[in-house]
Amino acid sequence: MILQEYIKLFNEFRSVIESNSSEALNALRESGLQALEGADGKALKEYETDFGLNFQRYTIQNDPYKLFTCDIPNIGAYLYYIVNDTFYANPQQQPLPAGVIICSLKEAAQNHSELVKPYLGRQMHINDNPNEALNAMLAQDGLFVYVPKNVQVEKPIQLVNLMYGNVDIMAVAHNLIVLEEGAKAQVLVCDHSSGKVKYLANRVTEVFVGKNAVYDHYKVENTTEGMTNVCSLLIDQQEGSEVVSNIITLNNCQTLNTIKAGLNAPHASLSLCGMCFLDKTQHVSNDTEILHHKPDTNSFESFKYILDDESKGNFYGMIKVLPDAQKSVAMQTNKNICISNDAQMRTMPQLEIYADDVKCNHGATVGQLDDTALFYMLSRGISKDEAKMLLMSAFVYDVLEKVRIPALKDRLKLLIERRLRKENTSCDSCMICGSKK
Amino acid sequence: MLKIENLHASVGGKEILRGINLEIKAGEVHAIMGPNGSGKSTLSAVLAGHPAYTVTEGSVTFCGKDLLAMPPEVRSREGLFLSFQYPVEIPGVSMVNFMRAAVNEHRKHKNLPPLSATDFLKLMREKKEVVELDNRLANRSVNEGFSGGEKKRNEIFQMAMLEPKLSILDETDSGLDIDALRIVASGVNKLKSPDTASIVITHYQRLLDYIVPDVVHILYKGQIVKTAGKELALLLEEKGYDWIKD
Amino acid sequence: MSKDKGHDNISDFTSGDYKYGFTTDVKTDIVKRGLDEGIIRLISEKKQEPEWLLDFRLKAFRHWKTLKMPKWAHLRIPDIDFQAISYYAAPLKKQVNSLDEVDPEILKTFNKLGIPLEEQKRLSGMAVDAVMDSTSVKTTYKEDLAKLGIIFCSISEAVKQYPDLVRKYLGSVVPYTDNFFAALNCAVFTDGSFAYIPKGVRCPVELSTYFRINASNTGQFERTLIVADDDAYVSYLEGCTAPMRDENQLHAAIVEIVANERAEVKYSTVQNWYPGDKDGKGGIYNFVTKRAMCAGENSKVYWTQVETGSALTWKYPSCVLKGDNSIGEFYSVAVTNNYQMADTGTKMIHIGRNTKSRIVSKGISAGHSENSYRGIVRMTSGAENGRNFSQCDSLLLGDKCGAHTFPTIDVHNNTAIVEHEASTSKINEDQLFYCNQRGISTEDAVGLIVNGFAKEVFNKLPMEFAVEAQKLLSISIDNAIG
Repeated sequence: MILQEYIKLFNEFRSVIESNSSEALNALRESGLQALEGADGKALKEYETDFGLNFQRYTIQNDPYKLFTCDIPNIGAYLYYIVNDTFYANPQQQPLPAGVIICSLKEAAQNHSELVKPYLGRQMHINDNPNEALNAMLAQDGLFVYVPKNVQVEKPIQLVNLMYGNVDIMAVAHNLIVLEEGAKAQVLVCDHSSGKVKYLANRVTEVFVGKNAVYDHYKVENTTEGMTNVCSLLIDQQEGSEVVSNIITLNNCQTLNTIKAGLNAPHASLSLCGMCFLDKTQHVSNDTEILHHKPDTNSFESFKYILDDESKGNFYGMIKVLPDAQKSVAMQTNKNICISNDAQMRTMPQLEIYADDVKCNHGATVGQLDDTALFYMLSRGISKDEAKMLLMSAFVYDVLEKVRIPALKDRLKLLIERRLRKENTSCDSCMICGSKK
Repeated sequence: MLKIENLHASVGGKEILRGINLEIKAGEVHAIMGPNGSGKSTLSAVLAGHPAYTVTEGSVTFCGKDLLAMPPEVRSREGLFLSFQYPVEIPGVSMVNFMRAAVNEHRKHKNLPPLSATDFLKLMREKKEVVELDNRLANRSVNEGFSGGEKKRNEIFQMAMLEPKLSILDETDSGLDIDALRIVASGVNKLKSPDTASIVITHYQRLLDYIVPDVVHILYKGQIVKTAGKELALLLEEKGYDWIKD
Repeated sequence: MSKDKGHDNISDFTSGDYKYGFTTDVKTDIVKRGLDEGIIRLISEKKQEPEWLLDFRLKAFRHWKTLKMPKWAHLRIPDIDFQAISYYAAPLKKQVNSLDEVDPEILKTFNKLGIPLEEQKRLSGMAVDAVMDSTSVKTTYKEDLAKLGIIFCSISEAVKQYPDLVRKYLGSVVPYTDNFFAALNCAVFTDGSFAYIPKGVRCPVELSTYFRINASNTGQFERTLIVADDDAYVSYLEGCTAPMRDENQLHAAIVEIVANERAEVKYSTVQNWYPGDKDGKGGIYNFVTKRAMCAGENSKVYWTQVETGSALTWKYPSCVLKGDNSIGEFYSVAVTNNYQMADTGTKMIHIGRNTKSRIVSKGISAGHSENSYRGIVRMTSGAENGRNFSQCDSLLLGDKCGAHTFPTIDVHNNTAIVEHEASTSKINEDQLFYCNQRGISTEDAVGLIVNGFAKEVFNKLPMEFAVEAQKLLSISIDNAIG
C-alpha cells in the first residue's frame, strides 16, 4: 500500500528532510507520522501514483519570475512564486510597508521563530485528517506573511503555486499568514500546473486574523489534466475581525478544498464564497466548516457550481453554532446547475445549532437555467449559446461581486466568460502555459 | 407583411387557437381585442415561438418567409418583436450586456459589423429618450426590481433599440397608470413608420385612444369573430363583450 | 417581562408529564429473554407460522448477526444488550372472536387510550387494529370492510388467511438486508397490521393501528404491510403509547407500503411513546424503518408524522418513486424535550420520469434535547424532470438544546430541479410581545406560536388526529404551566 511507502520513505530520509527544513516545521513531523501510521489507507487514495518528492531541495534552473507570468492587468501585487514545493524569493521585491515580512516559511522559522512558533500547526487536526497528517510529516517550506499591528498592506500579495516538471511530482507545502491586531492584507493564490505529467499538491494554509484585522483570501485554480489538488485553508478569527474568502475553480482535474474557519471571538465576521466551472471528467469537492464559537459572530457562505459533460461536484457545508455563540447569524447557500445529463452534483448543507438566540438558514438547489429567461432572450434575437452564456455568468454574478480587488474582479469576469465559452483560460503572456507558447 | 392562415395551436394538449386568419400590411396598426381566455396572449406567444405552444395546423408567413419554421431568436432577427405582458426578470444580467448581445446578433444577421462599445452606449442613450427611461435602469439587471411601469417602458425601449418590422404589444397597458400609459404609447407612436406594422393586443379600449388602430379584430374562443375599423373598439367599450357571444 | 424570566417560563412548561404512563395488569405470556435461533423458532412455532416465514426469519437473523449498530445518526445511543430483551410477549388469552372475550383489563387500557375499539364507537368511522406488546388484540370493523374486498387484519392472521399476498409483498420494500434494525425486525417481528385495498376501491374509513408496549423488559417489533392495488385509496393512522418505566425499552418496527398504478396512500403517525423522565431516565428507543414503494404510474404516497415521544428516535419514512409521474410527500413535526434525542427525516429516491416530492419538516427542541432533520433527495439518471422541494425549519425553546439539519441532495441528471431551504431560530420575541400586549400570557403565546409553526403539517393530518396531535404538542410543550 502506497501510504506505507511514504512512511518508509520518510523514515529513510528523515534526517535529510529535517536538515533542509527548520525546527518549527520539524516539530510537527512526529505527530504527522504517528497519525498516518494509525490512519486508514483508503483516505489517501489520491496518492496511489508513485510521485517524486523533492527531499534534496533541488531548484529549477530558470528564474521563475522571468519564465512564468500570471497576468492580471493593473493588479500591482507583491508577487511570489512557489514552484512545486519550493519558494523562490522575488529578485525585484518591491519595498514592503514597515514591519511587514514576506518570505519563505523556512527562512521565517529560522530568522523570526518567535513569529512562527506560536502559530504553526496550531489549527491543524493532524489526528483526524490524513491529508493534514501527511502535510505535517512532509512539508518543508511555504510562504510566510506577517503584518504587524495596525499596518495595512494596500497592494495585494500574490502567490503563484506552479506545478512544473517532467516526472510525476508531489508537492507538500505549508503557508502561514499572521495578521496582528488592526492589520489589513489581501492574499491572492493562483494554482497553476503545466506539462503532461501527473501532479499532486498537498497544501495547508494557516491564517491567523487578529483583533479587528481585515483579511481577504482569494484562490483561483487554473490547472491541467493530471493535477490533483488537495488544499486546506484554516482560519482563526479574533474579535471584530473580518475575513472574505473566495475559492474559484476555473479549470482543474481533481480538487479537494477543505476550508475551516473558527469565529473564535465576538463580532468576528466571515464571508466564504466559491464557484466552480466543471466539464469533461473534472471533479471538485469543497468541504467547508464554519464554527461559531462566540456570541455575535456572523457568517455568510455561498458556493455555486456549473457542471457540464461528465463532471462531478461535491459540496459539504457544516455550520456549527456552539452554545456560547448567542446572537450569531449564519447564512449558507449552495446553488448548482447541471448542464449535461451525465454531470453529477451532491450537496450536503449542514446546520448544527446549540444556541437558541440565533438566525441560521441554508438553502441548496440543483437545477438548470431558467427557461422563461432563456426564451425572453431568444425573443430578443440573442442566440441560444450566447443567452446561455449570459445566464451562466449571471448565475455566478453575486459570488464574483464579493471579490474586493477590482483588477482581479475584472480579470475573473473575462476568464469566466472565456471558460463558459470553452475558450482558453490561461494567462495571455505566460511563456509556459499561456497562448504565447 | 404578416399572413396568418387557419392557425390552430394548443398548449398542454388543449386547443386554444382554432383557425385564425389575419393579414397585416406595412404601415398598419391592428388591434386584437377579446375577453379573458379568448387566446390573445396565446397568439402572441405562438408568433414569437414560445416552446410551450404547439402549432397543430395552419401557416404563418412573415415578409414572405415561413415564420413557423424559424426558432424564436431568428424570428426576432427577422424583425418580429414581442413586448411581453409579463417581462421576465433576469438577475445578474445587466441591461447593457443584454441589449448589446441582442443588437449585435441583429447586426450580424444583417451582415453588419458589431457596434463598438462607445457607439452602442450612444445608441442606448438616444433610444432611452423615446420612453423617458431612467439612466439608472440601464445599469441594473434585466427587469429586476423594476416597477410594473418601468418594465413596460423597458419593453418599448428594447423595441426602439431593435427596430422591428412588426411589433406585437401584448397587453402593454395592463398594470400601467395613465402617465405611464401615455409615455409608452407615445414611444410606440414615435417608432411608427410606413415600413413597419404593429399588433396591439388589449382587453380595454383605453390604450387605443393613444395608439390609433387601422383595424380592430375581436378574438373569441380562438377565432376572429369580428373585424372592423376603430369604431369597433368604441362599440366594445360601450357594450362589453357579452354581445359578441350571442 | 425580562428576557431571563421568559426563559424560565419556557423551561417550566417544557417539562410536561407523560399522561399515558399507566401499565395494565394483564397476565402476559413472555418468552425468556435473549435472542438465538431457538427463540426465533419458538416465536414462529407459537404463531403457527408456515415454513417459508420461519426461513425468512432465520435468514434475517443470520444476516443481522453480521451487522453492527449504525452510528451515523446525531444520537447518543447507549449500548443495547440485545440478549437482555424478551422478544415475545402476548396477553395470555388466545384468539378472540368478540369483544366479550377480550380481557376487560385490555379493554380498559384501550379505553384509557381513547381508542374506539368497541362497537358503539363504530360511528367515529375508524377501523382499529390494536397491537398490545407483540400481538394484535382485536380488529374492529373488519366485516364491513370485507364486503368491499378490503383486507384489514393482524399480520399473523394474514399469514394464515392470505399467505400468497403476504409472501408476495413482505420484505419487497424493506428487504431484511436493509439495515441493522430492519434485519432484527425481520427475524423477530411478532405482529402488526396488514391492509390490502383491491383494485379500484376507495377505503371508506380511516384504518388505524394503536401500538402499546405494556410488559416490561420486552421489545416491540411490529410490522405493518399496506398494499394499495391499482386505483385504490386508503388513509392509515398509527398511534403509539407505552407505560412509564425506568429502564429503556426497544421498539424496532417496519412499515412497508406498496402503491400500484394510480393508487394513493396516506400514512399518518402520532408517535407518543414514553420519552423518559425529566432527567432522561427510561423511555423508548424507537428505531423504525418506514418505506413506501410508489410502484405504479401516477401513484401517490403521503407520510405525515407527529413525533413527540421516545427517548431516542431514529426514523426516516421514505418514498421510492419508481412509477412515472408518481408523487411522494413527507410532513413532519418532531418535538424533543428534556433529554430526548430525535434524528428523523426522509429519503426521496426518484427513479421514474416526472416524479415529484415535497418535504416539510418542523423541528421543535426544548430542554436538553437534540433534534435533527436528516434527509436524502436523489435524482437518478432516469428521473427526467424530477422535482423536489424541501423546507426544514427548526425552532429552539431554550438555550441548552440543539437543532440540526443534515440534508443530502444527489442529482444525476440535467432535467431535475431540487430545492432545499432550512432555517433555525428561536421564538420571535416580537411575536411574543405582540401576544403579551394583547393580554395573552407568555405560556399561551408560546403554545400558539409553536402550533402555528407546525400548522402546515397538522393540516395534513385527518381531522381527529390533528386535534389529538395538537393536544399532544401542548402536553409536550406547555401542559406543565397550569
